[in-house]
Amino acid sequence: MEWKKYAYTFLITAIIFTTAILASNYFSQKKMNEIKNIESRIAVDILASETQFSLLSELSCREISSGLLSKELATLGDKLAYTEENRGSDDAEVLNLKKYYSLLQIKDFLLMQKIKDRCGSSQTNGGLSIMYFYSNKGDCSDCEKEGFVLTKLRQDYPELRVYSFDYNLDLSTLQTLVSIYNIEKNLPAILINDKVYYGFKSIDDIKTALPALKQIDVQKAKEEALKSKATSTKTN
Amino acid sequence: MHLVTETITYIFLFIALYIEVFFLITYFEFREKERKIEIVPTLNKFPSVSVIVPVWNEETTVLKTIFSILKLNYPKDKLSVIIVDDGSTDKTWNVIQRFSRNKQIKLLRKENGGKYTALNYALEFVNTELVGCLDADSFVHPEALKRIVAQFNDEEIMAVTPSIKIFEPKGLLGLIQKAEYMFGIFLRKVFCNLNAIYITPGPFSIFKRSVFEKIGGYKHAHNTEDMEIAMRMQKNNMKIGNAHNAFIYTIAPASLKALYKQRLRWVYGFIKNAIDYRDMFFKPQYGNLGMIVLPAAGFSVFSTMYFFGSTVFSWANTLVDKIREISAIGFSWQGFHFDFFYVNTNIVIFLSLIAILGTFFVIATSRKLAEEKNKFGLDSLFFLIFYAALAPLWMTKAIYNVVFSRGTKWR
Repeated sequence: MEWKKYAYTFLITAIIFTTAILASNYFSQKKMNEIKNIESRIAVDILASETQFSLLSELSCREISSGLLSKELATLGDKLAYTEENRGSDDAEVLNLKKYYSLLQIKDFLLMQKIKDRCGSSQTNGGLSIMYFYSNKGDCSDCEKEGFVLTKLRQDYPELRVYSFDYNLDLSTLQTLVSIYNIEKNLPAILINDKVYYGFKSIDDIKTALPALKQIDVQKAKEEALKSKATSTKTN
Repeated sequence: MHLVTETITYIFLFIALYIEVFFLITYFEFREKERKIEIVPTLNKFPSVSVIVPVWNEETTVLKTIFSILKLNYPKDKLSVIIVDDGSTDKTWNVIQRFSRNKQIKLLRKENGGKYTALNYALEFVNTELVGCLDADSFVHPEALKRIVAQFNDEEIMAVTPSIKIFEPKGLLGLIQKAEYMFGIFLRKVFCNLNAIYITPGPFSIFKRSVFEKIGGYKHAHNTEDMEIAMRMQKNNMKIGNAHNAFIYTIAPASLKALYKQRLRWVYGFIKNAIDYRDMFFKPQYGNLGMIVLPAAGFSVFSTMYFFGSTVFSWANTLVDKIREISAIGFSWQGFHFDFFYVNTNIVIFLSLIAILGTFFVIATSRKLAEEKNKFGLDSLFFLIFYAALAPLWMTKAIYNVVFSRGTKWR
């Protein structure tokens, strides 16, 4: 019998295993840090915009461009969703990041509303926004599909701001938001221009609820036509 | 549920890694020893050898097999061939008549009864010190016998296994099997170092005749008599050696169906024999064979099934997701932009990387043992890509057959 060799082999295997676990943890922590960094960048962005906004109460609306609003919210949302899928929604760190993300979204939403009130919708690309409430506790069969729809819309219309909230998240601010708009636990729920829609809504449904998207389509089509005209005249 | 599958995955990965590490350690350990001693066994006497060639409807390949034996670099008066026609229904018997006047060759004919009966029948006529068998779909390298016989210098060794290679591998399946057989050469060498060889392959394993006198002849053994005899030898503490440079070339099944049938027979036979010899598992008295090699072989069947199952399951999940996505928003392709964030850095990925690295090393080593020119070939690539998807085909059926006790056929 070669008990010694069996023991050595076990030791080596355990070392390899531990190395793999450490490596995995290292990268996973790195990703968490990346999310934290994005969150703090967004927080700074929002704070800066708010401060700028209150400093220059007479700021001409032309200077308040859509650049005031953080562009990283969407990336953050995607990365957070990916992390949640991998680490599980019970992970304490993930939960914390998610709460912070929800707060940032609400702040961003409020800031956008303020700009819209002051300067009208033209300065914020029509103030296009959708609030989306979901649950990933398995009690919302259509939430996954709705998620695909909203992701697609966000990709097609970069000017559209989609705020997504986990209905079950233990965050008092979020619960306040839910009670203000009177959103029932009948998910997925979508809030467009202060009106709540329940159940799965397709891309077309949302475009009907948010006609500004259709206008963008029309405009894009016009530009396309102009472009093709220009190229066709060139080639002619 | 998720936690359970994750735990099983980690345990399986740990065991798989343990086995791989153990085999690699063994390989290095003995390579060092062999380097220091530098044993090149030389032959000072040539023991008499009989080679039994059992044939059943093998009119096309039998001649080539016999000629390869006659061409062996071995004294003619010490080498005899016994061809047993196990009740062929084609022209095999007529074909082999051309050897009827050859003093080296003895022709036997009996009613069909299966390979093991043919071998046992021929054993009755054997009066040489050593005896082996060569299937009629295989050919021997001219130096093979000398190299095998040299291993018998060690008095304790009762049987010696050769290295088997695929004869002129053709097509995808041929190449996959070529790499697989070379893998086998590496494993047999390691098993030999561990004194844990549990299969004496049908093509040209050579035994001392006294083995059969002591423990009896071949058994049906679920159509894998070459495994059963080795297990029985191990159980009786008979040492089995290996001559990794004694090359035998065997014709590989060319079609998937033929390969499937062959492997079904092998895996089914392995499981059934393992069940018959279950009292050898985890028994220190059987050394490495009982403690590591047999459990590892059993584990490999179940882990292959498990990992194949979970891979198929996760692919199916992805597919369902994709279908749901398409049903919700139609086809959409947003282009691909790389972001390290989305690279999977799961523990399983790192462990798989390490395992693959080890596999690459084994491939390179086995190619060296098989005296191939390059460290890596197209065959190795095909093996890596396709083997894990092919093996579950016959493994599933073999397990099914064992559970519902259905036997297998030779052809």
